Amino acid sequence: MQFTTSNAPFIAPENSVQKMMLWVLIALLPGIITMIWQFGYGVLFNICIAVSTALLAEAAILYLRGKPVLPAISDLSATITALLLALSLPTLAPWWIPFVGAAIAIIIAKHLYGGLGYNPFNPAMIAFAILMVSFPKAMTVWTLPQTLQQAGFDFSSVLSIVADQLPAKEFIDAVTAATPLDELKTQLNLGKTITEIQQADIFGQYAGKGWEWVSCAYLLGGLWLMYKKVISWHIPVGLLGVLFVIALLFYLLEPGHAPSPLFHLLSGGAILGAFFIATDPVTAATTIKGRLIYASLIGLLTYIIRTWGGYPDGIAFAVIIVNMAVPTIDYYTQPRVYGHH
Amino acid sequence: MKLWRFNGGLPALAEHKNESIHLAIETAPLPKQLIYPLSQHIGAAATASVNVGDRVLGGQKIAQANGVISAPVHTASSGTVVSIAEHPIPHPSGLPAPCIIIETDELDEHLAPSPIEDFRQSPISELINIVREAGIVGLGGAAFPTATKLDVQNKSSNIQTLILNGAECEPYISCDDRLLRERAEKVIEGIDILLYILGAQQAILAIEDNSPETFKAIQKATAEYANPLISTVKIPTIYPTGGEKQLIKTLTGKEVPAGHIPADIGIVSLNVGTVYAIQQAIVEGLPLTTRIITITGDGVKKPHNLEAKIGTPIKDLIDCCNGYTSVAERLIMGGPMMGFALPTDEIPIVKASNCILAASSQEVATEKDPMPCIRCGQCASACPASLLPQQLYWLSRSDQFQKAEKLNLFDCIECGCCDIVCPSHIPLVQHFRYAKSAIKSQRLEKQSSDKARDRFEAREARLAQEKAERAERSRKKKEALKNKEKPTLATPKAPLPSDNVEN
Repeated sequence: MQFTTSNAPFIAPENSVQKMMLWVLIALLPGIITMIWQFGYGVLFNICIAVSTALLAEAAILYLRGKPVLPAISDLSATITALLLALSLPTLAPWWIPFVGAAIAIIIAKHLYGGLGYNPFNPAMIAFAILMVSFPKAMTVWTLPQTLQQAGFDFSSVLSIVADQLPAKEFIDAVTAATPLDELKTQLNLGKTITEIQQADIFGQYAGKGWEWVSCAYLLGGLWLMYKKVISWHIPVGLLGVLFVIALLFYLLEPGHAPSPLFHLLSGGAILGAFFIATDPVTAATTIKGRLIYASLIGLLTYIIRTWGGYPDGIAFAVIIVNMAVPTIDYYTQPRVYGHH
Repeated sequence: MKLWRFNGGLPALAEHKNESIHLAIETAPLPKQLIYPLSQHIGAAATASVNVGDRVLGGQKIAQANGVISAPVHTASSGTVVSIAEHPIPHPSGLPAPCIIIETDELDEHLAPSPIEDFRQSPISELINIVREAGIVGLGGAAFPTATKLDVQNKSSNIQTLILNGAECEPYISCDDRLLRERAEKVIEGIDILLYILGAQQAILAIEDNSPETFKAIQKATAEYANPLISTVKIPTIYPTGGEKQLIKTLTGKEVPAGHIPADIGIVSLNVGTVYAIQQAIVEGLPLTTRIITITGDGVKKPHNLEAKIGTPIKDLIDCCNGYTSVAERLIMGGPMMGFALPTDEIPIVKASNCILAASSQEVATEKDPMPCIRCGQCASACPASLLPQQLYWLSRSDQFQKAEKLNLFDCIECGCCDIVCPSHIPLVQHFRYAKSAIKSQRLEKQSSDKARDRFEAREARLAQEKAERAERSRKKKEALKNKEKPTLATPKAPLPSDNVEN
C-alpha cells in the first residue's frame, strides 16, 4: 500500500495565535467592564471605533499587499492592538481620536514594517504616542470616575461629545477631570506636598478614585493570563517590581514630594502596560534574561518620565524606547546552550 | 536519588501508550521474503558476503562490516538469496539502497549458536568482539555500532557510570516497556555483562514514572540478581527525557560538552533493547536477527508488540495486526515526534525500527498552515538544548547559515518540541534540517574545491619545477658544449678588469 509522506513531528501543534489572542481578549474583559463602570460609555465608543477602524485598515492593507485577508483578520491581533489603544485613550475623546489612532497603529506601525511579527514597535503605543504629541488637548479629556459623576451624564450626552458636538463648557467641566497622575504632576509643580494634593476629590485610598478598581481588574486578567501560560511572569514582575522599588526609594527619601509606590502601580497604565502591552510578543525581548532587562528598563523609564518628564504617564514612551533596544538585549542575553560554556 | 531537570521539554505531551502498553510480546510469523539493507547503522555500509543463488541459514552472516564504524548483517531464517540490488529502505529520503533479499524456505534452519559459558572467564576484548560480530547497534533509534561504543579501553577516560535508557519518551512506543516487563532478568544480566566489560562503578536503569508495573518487574529482577552496582530510577515523564543528552543531565546533572561523546565525561549510555541484544549474543550466542517492535495507531485494526525478524516487510507485520483500518493516513517509522513517514509498506523493518505507527488524520497533523513568527519565545522555553529556535528560524529562512551555526544550530537534536508549542504552526525542525544539510553540502563543496585548488597549485608548482629543471639541464648542456668547443679557453687565467668592477 502506498502512503503520502510528510515531515516529523507529526503531532498537531497545541497552540495557535488565535487562541493566544483570544485568551488575551478574555483577560481584558474584567478591565473593560470596570472601565465602563467607572468612566462611562465613552470607553465603549472608543473600543467600537478603534476596533472597527483597525479591522478595516487591516483588511484594506492586506488586500493591497495581495495577501489573504480572512486568516489575518481572524487571528485577532488587530483587534487586540485596537483594544489596547482604546483602553489607553481618554474616555471622552472625540470620535476621530480612536479612528486616527487605530489607523496609525495598523497601517503605519504594523503593516509598513511588514505586518504581524515584523513590527519592531508596539503598534498601540506608537499610535498613542503620536496622538499624545499631535493632539495634546483632546488626549486629556477623561471623565470623572463614577463615584464623582453628577446626574445628567447619560448615553446621549456621551454620544454627542464623542461625535464632537461639544455641549456647554460648564457641562464638560463638571464631568471631566485630569487623571490623578496629571493632577499630581501639576500640583507638585505648584509646590504643594503630596498630602495636600491627595486631599482632592479625585484621589482615593491608594491612587485615583476608580483607577484603583480598573488597575485591580487588569491585574486579575493579567494573573489569569500568567496562569494560562499565555505570558510568562518575567515581564510583569520585572516592570512592576522595578517601578515599585524605585518609587519606594524616592518615597522614603522625600515622602512629601514623591507619591507612594502603590500610587505608581495603581495609577495610569502601569498594570495594563505590565501585563498586556509590554508583553506583546512581537516587540518584547524573547530570552528569559532579556525579558527581565527589557521589563526593568520600561519600569525605570516609566518612573523617570512620570516624575521628571513632560507627560503625566510614561508607559507608552518607555515601551517604545525599550522596543528599540530589544535586538541588542536579545543578542547579549542568549541562554547557555546544553554542553556549552 | 537526586534528579536534575533539563531545560524545557513537553511535560504534557499526550503519551498514547494505552493503545499498546498492555499487549504482551508476540512472535511475528516468518515472512516469505526477508529484505536486508546493507546500511542499517551509522557509518560505512556493510559489504555483501553471499551471492545470488546461495542458500543461507538463520544466524548466518550475509554482509561484513566495513571498518570500525560499521556492523555486519545476519539472516533471521533459512532460505535462498534471490537478489542483491536496490530496494526501498526505511530512510527519510525515501530513496532505494542496496539490499540483500532472501526468499525464505519455511524450514527455518539455524546455525548452531556458540554461547559463552561464563562471561567472567572471557577476556573483555573477546566479549566486545562477540558484540561486534553479532551486528549489534543502538536499538533505540540511533543505530550506532555498539562494540565501538563499548571499546573504550584504549580511550583516555575511565567509565564510571553506565546508563541504561528505558525512558521510552516518544508517544505510542511501548516495545522497551514490554521488554523490561517480560524479560527483566535477561536485561539485568546484560547490565551485569556490560559492567564487567566497561569496569564501571555503577549502572543506572532509568524508567519513566508512567509505568509502575514495569518498575516493579525490574525491581524484582534487580533484587533477585543482587548486584549492588545496579540501581533502578524512576524519572519524570517529560519528552524528550529519553534523549541521550537529556537523560544524562537528568540522572547525573552533567552535560555532555559540545563536540564530545558521553564517554569523555565517564558515561556510557545504552538503550535497554541493545542491552538485551548483548545478553542474547553473549549468553545465548545469538546474533542480532530479531527485535521487538510496536505496531500501533488508529490505522491498524489490532495493535501489537511483536518480536519480529529484522528484514520483515512492514506489510507482513500489518497483516499480523489484521490489516489497516479505513482511516490509515500516514505510515510512520519510529515515533510521531522524531520518526519519518514511509511512502510504502513494502519497506522492511531494520535494526533500529522500534515502532510502526499507522496514524489516522486525527492522530497526525496532515496539513499545517504556517503564520508569521510572533517571537513569543515558546519554542525557546521548550527547547531541551536551550537554543533560540525563533532566531535560528530567521537565519535558516534567509540562508544566513554562518550566523545560524554561531547560534549552535548543530546542537539541535530535532526533537520537535518547538514545532509542537509554536502558535504560528511553523515547521521549525524542517527549517533546521534544511539549514543543516545546506551547511553540510557547503562544507563538502568547500572541501572538494579546496582539494581541487590544492591539486591545481601542486600541478602548477610541478610544471614550474619541471620547466626550471629543463632550463637548468639545457643551460648545463650549453655550458658543456661551450666547454667542448673551446677547450683552450677553459684554462684559468686572470680575471678581466671589468669583472673586478662588477664585483
